[in-house]
Amino acid sequence: MTSETLIILALAIPAVAVGIIPIFNSQPNLRETITLSAAGLLFMAIFTLLIRVLEGERPEVELIQVVPELPISFAVEPLGMIFAAVAGTLWIVNSIYSIGYMRGNNEPRQTPFYMCFALAISATMGIAFADNLFTLFLFYEILTLSTYPLVTHKGTDEARAGGRLYLVLLLGTSTVLLLPAIIWTWFLTGTLEFTPGGILGGKVDDLTLGLLLALYVFGIGKAAVMPVHAWLPAAMVAPTPVSALLHAVAVVKAGVFTMLKVVVYIFGIENLAATGAGDWLLYVAGFTVIMASVIALRQDNLKRRLAFSTISQLSYVVLATAILTPISAIGAAMHIAAHAISKITLFFAAGSVYTAAHVTEVSQMRGIGRKMPWTMTAFAIGGLSMIGLPLTAGFLGKWFILQGAVDSGKWFAVAVIVLSTILNAGYFLPVIVSSFLKPIDEKTSKDDTIFHNHGEAPLPIVIALTLTAAGTIALFIFPGALFDLASAMVDLGTEVTNIVPEPSTLPAGEIGYE
Amino acid sequence: MISGNLPALQVVLPLFGAILCALARRGWLAWFIALVVSWIVPVIAVGMILQVLDSGPISYAMGGWTPPIGIEYRVDLLNAFVLLLISAVGAVMLPYANLSVQSEIDEDKQAWFYALYLLCLTGMLGIAITGDAFNAFVFLEVSSLSTYAMIALGKDRRALLAAYQYLIMGTIGATFYVIAIGILYSMTGTLNMVDMSNRLGDVATVRPLFAALAFLTVGISLKFALFPLHSWLPNAYAYAPTFATAFLAATATKAAVYLMLRFFFAVYGVAIVFGIHPVSEILIVLSILAMFAASIVAVFQDNIKRMLAYSSVAQIGYITLGFGLANAQGLTGAIVHLANHAVTKGALFLAVGGIVYRMGAARLEDFKGIGRQMPLTMAGFTIAGLSIIGVPGTAGFVSKWYLAIAALEQGWGWLVILLVLSSLISVIYIGRVVEMAYFREPEGKALEARDMPLSMMIPAWVMILGTIYFGVETSWTAGIAAQIANDLLAGVQ
Repeated sequence: MTSETLIILALAIPAVAVGIIPIFNSQPNLRETITLSAAGLLFMAIFTLLIRVLEGERPEVELIQVVPELPISFAVEPLGMIFAAVAGTLWIVNSIYSIGYMRGNNEPRQTPFYMCFALAISATMGIAFADNLFTLFLFYEILTLSTYPLVTHKGTDEARAGGRLYLVLLLGTSTVLLLPAIIWTWFLTGTLEFTPGGILGGKVDDLTLGLLLALYVFGIGKAAVMPVHAWLPAAMVAPTPVSALLHAVAVVKAGVFTMLKVVVYIFGIENLAATGAGDWLLYVAGFTVIMASVIALRQDNLKRRLAFSTISQLSYVVLATAILTPISAIGAAMHIAAHAISKITLFFAAGSVYTAAHVTEVSQMRGIGRKMPWTMTAFAIGGLSMIGLPLTAGFLGKWFILQGAVDSGKWFAVAVIVLSTILNAGYFLPVIVSSFLKPIDEKTSKDDTIFHNHGEAPLPIVIALTLTAAGTIALFIFPGALFDLASAMVDLGTEVTNIVPEPSTLPAGEIGYE
Repeated sequence: MISGNLPALQVVLPLFGAILCALARRGWLAWFIALVVSWIVPVIAVGMILQVLDSGPISYAMGGWTPPIGIEYRVDLLNAFVLLLISAVGAVMLPYANLSVQSEIDEDKQAWFYALYLLCLTGMLGIAITGDAFNAFVFLEVSSLSTYAMIALGKDRRALLAAYQYLIMGTIGATFYVIAIGILYSMTGTLNMVDMSNRLGDVATVRPLFAALAFLTVGISLKFALFPLHSWLPNAYAYAPTFATAFLAATATKAAVYLMLRFFFAVYGVAIVFGIHPVSEILIVLSILAMFAASIVAVFQDNIKRMLAYSSVAQIGYITLGFGLANAQGLTGAIVHLANHAVTKGALFLAVGGIVYRMGAARLEDFKGIGRQMPLTMAGFTIAGLSIIGVPGTAGFVSKWYLAIAALEQGWGWLVILLVLSSLISVIYIGRVVEMAYFREPEGKALEARDMPLSMMIPAWVMILGTIYFGVETSWTAGIAAQIANDLLAGVQ
């Protein structure tokens, strides 16, 4: 099968599933089989593509020109490959988890749930493989629209209010800021194609460049840079599988992915670094990293705490992008993958606790680790990865970002990373410690409806979170493919081969260079 | 023989169809006649557009009287495009009419309805095809008079008042148009548009011609409901039979817009209209007002047909905005929006028509729980709604893209911001309906509501899929529109 066909298949497989799922509305087992087979097929397609991309192939396919010089076209490049591989792989795990969660909680309207989910995955693939900004924008909007029904799935007033905020902020920023930025870019350059080294170099003055960057940064609402972050906590009313795959992986990563693509392939790292038009971004991102962590510290609701942690971690990627060195861009790409697998683990654990014990608040989780050891061990691994400790994937990205910050003398960024690491520890360690070491709170345990006699969550949930927790560690031990792809991304644009060591020379587990 | 007489057949066929319908008396028979006519007419239009693309404009001397003395039917790419648009919409929609009309119009009036529909079609095709300014007035009145009567057939008694309101406003518009033609005739001594354009060169700047331009602009603007001359439209669309609303919303204003394009760009020419007179400024200001005022009013409508009617007023603002920008991109945007809005708004009204068919009305509360009860209908409404908003991948996006680029070419970045802001208002009014349909429990009649019957569903979904198709493959819409825009700006006759 040609790689071009594989690209189309990656979009088509989940899209076709959207059409087939409603046929088996009344046979849940068959219906879930469709989701799982689609996820499996997608994984195979992406895995095949991944191998070819690692071998150096860069397939491209153009579907149609909507307006002259405004085509819908796809191309696989390393960064997109990372994103697609992460989202595609986690879809399988998440589908297993969904089955346990949706059935375990007797959620209504499961058919539309699985349909919208598959559609969102298809849109994610479109974003990952988009060859130009227009194609990316098209799927970016489809992703917003297809996840809106998932956010409002519960149908309660709270869900509707959350959904409104979600839609208004994401559609609003993308229409009012991102779209004009795209139109402006096209007007200035006559193209929107992602080009190594950027397309804006030498086309505009520094002020315009800074203004355009601002339109992009705040227009890409999915990256949740403050002050356009409020949709993410609001989206937590969604069922946990949605929060896990979409609001820790697909949607938010689509945001930072777009940001990275725009900076690397539209502005060009060297261009931005030379003009200084993007210096302010460092401070905005740094502020978001710290501020979101401070807010997370004060959240008692577990999913909200995780949401603010996500906001903080997303801005790590933005921060890394804003450091504007190739090595930090590598860090950004690696952090996208590392955070994805760690954060999905945390959300899986949160959903597991909710399903088994109907616990939603951190303060109710005392001693829960003894009843749910698998869940809380996975949670611990995810949490440690958020802090960025070695042996977990979170260490990887952070290391490279730090390296880039030190190399370029951006001490502000260094300070932000150090401070936020402390803050991260501040809101994850107490949860882990109290869930394992503290005795079960008598006050809450008497209230039988909250803390009845429960054990572990249903099996599919435990399988899923064990897999992702294992993945979090595995990614640290075997970062080779991820690193290859990430460095291939910047190799295209700038000459950095001299400062990045050959990944093959690195011993497993020791990718720093003292 | 037939291919030589296509321009005449384009108009004569529906005219005779109308007479047959009136004679048929029976609703189903009249529907069948209308269906046959509606399906032949676009074939003729396709024949002509292919001929035009192949060998340039067609000139047809009606009755063998050579122009400029006789009436000339003149088909260039712009006419052919509008003819195809109007006739294709009719062809797609007519199968839908049968059940919709049966449910809303008395048995003994159904045949009249189809006769009126065909007369209206005749009028609109006539406006689009004729090269004679006075002949255009005749067709304008044929279409308007039949429209008044069609609106009055609505089952709500308020339809009578709406029709009367439209009659008064429409007549004023028509009168203004005739006054303008009278002045033009006295100044140039001709009614043939091409001839008029040639002779205008000598007297282009004299005051009476300025007066004629003013009368023309106001008169035609009344016909296509340019803000603030739109007051007739919301009531007319809200109370007319649903099929009539859908058909008129997709086509009627487009024929009038065409007439304005023809006079501005082909008869007077860009240099006079936009060079000497402040038409551009006036149009841009009114368009922006329309985009915002009408959209905001739409947000507060309880009757969804009325809401969509206000949305139409706003969308007309986008079209006239493109005129006002008067550059190639803007004009392309305006012309392509003629087609894109026709498909989009047609789709929306057909979907709403399905709800009227099942629920008996289309108030906001009638949409409660409809998303679950009528999933295909409501999914269609949502998709077409996205096109109104202008989400990429839908037809609405293509129009707005051209308009935005046109604004940037003028150096007006603020206009781009206004364009996207006005789209956001449409998110609100479409969103209200969607929320009501998907988040409320169905009650009362809605509990038994099912998706609309197949004969209605298929036309509706053809239009709905059209909104996506024309958002992706644009060679027949934007491609031709760009060619027309270039011709118009170059002053090619």
